[in-house]
Amino acid sequence: MVTTPWESDITQLLKERFGPDITQFSTYLGQNFLVAKPDAVIAILEALKLELDFDYLVDVTAVDYPKRPERFDLVYILYSFARNERMRVKTMIADGYRPATAVTVHLAANWLEREVFDMFGIEFEGHPDMRRILLPEEWVGHPLRKELSILQQDDSWVKENLGIESGQ
Amino acid sequence: MPDATFLDATELVINMGPQHPSTHGVLRVILKLDGEKVMGTECVIGYLHRGVEKIGENRTYQQFAPYVDRMDYVAAVSNGLGYCLAVEKLLNIEAPARAQAVRVVLTELNRIASHLLWLGTHALDIGAITPVFYCLREREEVLKIFENYCGARLTTHAFRIGGLQYETYDGFEEEVKKFCDWFIPKVDEYERLLTNNRIWVGRLKGVGILTADECKEYGVTGPVLRAAGVKWDLRKAQPYSGYEQYEFEIPTGENGDTYDRYTVRMEEMRQATRIIRQAVDRIPSGPIMGKVPKVVKPPVGEVYVSIEAPKGELGYFIVSDNSTQPYRLRVRPPSFVNLQALDRMVRGGLVADVVAIIGTLDIVLGEVDR
Repeated sequence: MVTTPWESDITQLLKERFGPDITQFSTYLGQNFLVAKPDAVIAILEALKLELDFDYLVDVTAVDYPKRPERFDLVYILYSFARNERMRVKTMIADGYRPATAVTVHLAANWLEREVFDMFGIEFEGHPDMRRILLPEEWVGHPLRKELSILQQDDSWVKENLGIESGQ
Repeated sequence: MPDATFLDATELVINMGPQHPSTHGVLRVILKLDGEKVMGTECVIGYLHRGVEKIGENRTYQQFAPYVDRMDYVAAVSNGLGYCLAVEKLLNIEAPARAQAVRVVLTELNRIASHLLWLGTHALDIGAITPVFYCLREREEVLKIFENYCGARLTTHAFRIGGLQYETYDGFEEEVKKFCDWFIPKVDEYERLLTNNRIWVGRLKGVGILTADECKEYGVTGPVLRAAGVKWDLRKAQPYSGYEQYEFEIPTGENGDTYDRYTVRMEEMRQATRIIRQAVDRIPSGPIMGKVPKVVKPPVGEVYVSIEAPKGELGYFIVSDNSTQPYRLRVRPPSFVNLQALDRMVRGGLVADVVAIIGTLDIVLGEVDR
């Protein structure tokens, strides 16, 4: 089970188009992904959608690596109905970097990006409605960041709104 | 000049939910109305948020398995199947053939149970009181099979990573076959009650249309996508757990309206029965558990594995750092993504249609909020 290079017509077209903006094409356990520079991601998603039929944005999510200088992995999972093929677009961003929104390419990104913001505090530039989605508006903190332990919660919010000491 | 009275107001903003019975749990929809017409909506969700993904990062792989049942609690078996397949993929193992066949039987039974609950509550929302009693009566038989198999009815935790915990009980096959024979006439019975019913057709035809392109744009999957005419089902497109061995059709609709979604789900129940019949006849003998160590430590890497849950594509994205706990566990819930299309579907419709459309989306708030 090792990560092997991924080569196909998709990678060929993307290499020609984006050159050094895409740093890696790989396959792990039969699943293809590419790693791109954050500025190029939206253009890549657009090219994938319009020219390579990756027309279904399955999911947008993030992974937190607090020790890395580029702290977050931002992951877009794509699927193509015409090709019956799945792939992932990954990019690494630093804390405070504002990636461009994918809503301009896929409407599905709207709520998914709001959830990423809610859970990780990554703000998307140009998003039509960048608010929390699952947690209350006044909640302090972003729970899926690694520095928050599972027992930690916004005590003051809980006390004020639920009238109880911390539930934990 | 007197202030404008309430009656002068042309636009009215009202809350529907979170305690409204037809929002199927704790969904709050803020409606902007012009008379009876819906000008726009906003969904307020998160009332049931429990931080499932954070819990996942703090439990071992096996410990987390029961938690996934609590997301889509009317289709707990499907959730468990998706999770087990994702971890198995990460470990690069496969469940034995016997386990796979039993998994298919239970998952399809669960699809029937989920669709029955949908049909009953959806009809109840529309104003047809009878079907809910019939549907829950049939669902009870499915839950009895689950209870006999693993001791639980709803949050089953039926599967384990690498296979099954329990061997099937004596008479499992006969009971499942008996259920299938008994169930098909019941579907016909529901159809007699509803399919050509004038009120039912009047309330559903042409309501909440979502075209195929819109579905793809919003990432909407499952029966909603199929009702729009897209013949796409993950069980066929990317088969898992041995689905490629079974013959079944993917029902589709034409208009993508609420009525088509109803017919698609009705046919899916018949097709599920067909799969169950084939699977239960062919359960091979052999072990039910693959070789999985007591402590699971997948190698460093990440996978995305998804299945066709009753509501749509249910995916798990797991990142492993070679420890006993997932480094990151993301659930891609079908209900959450499908619910996003609600605004598009209700705009310009009537208030009464909102109820029909929430019902036809078949959302479970436990899964939307996680």
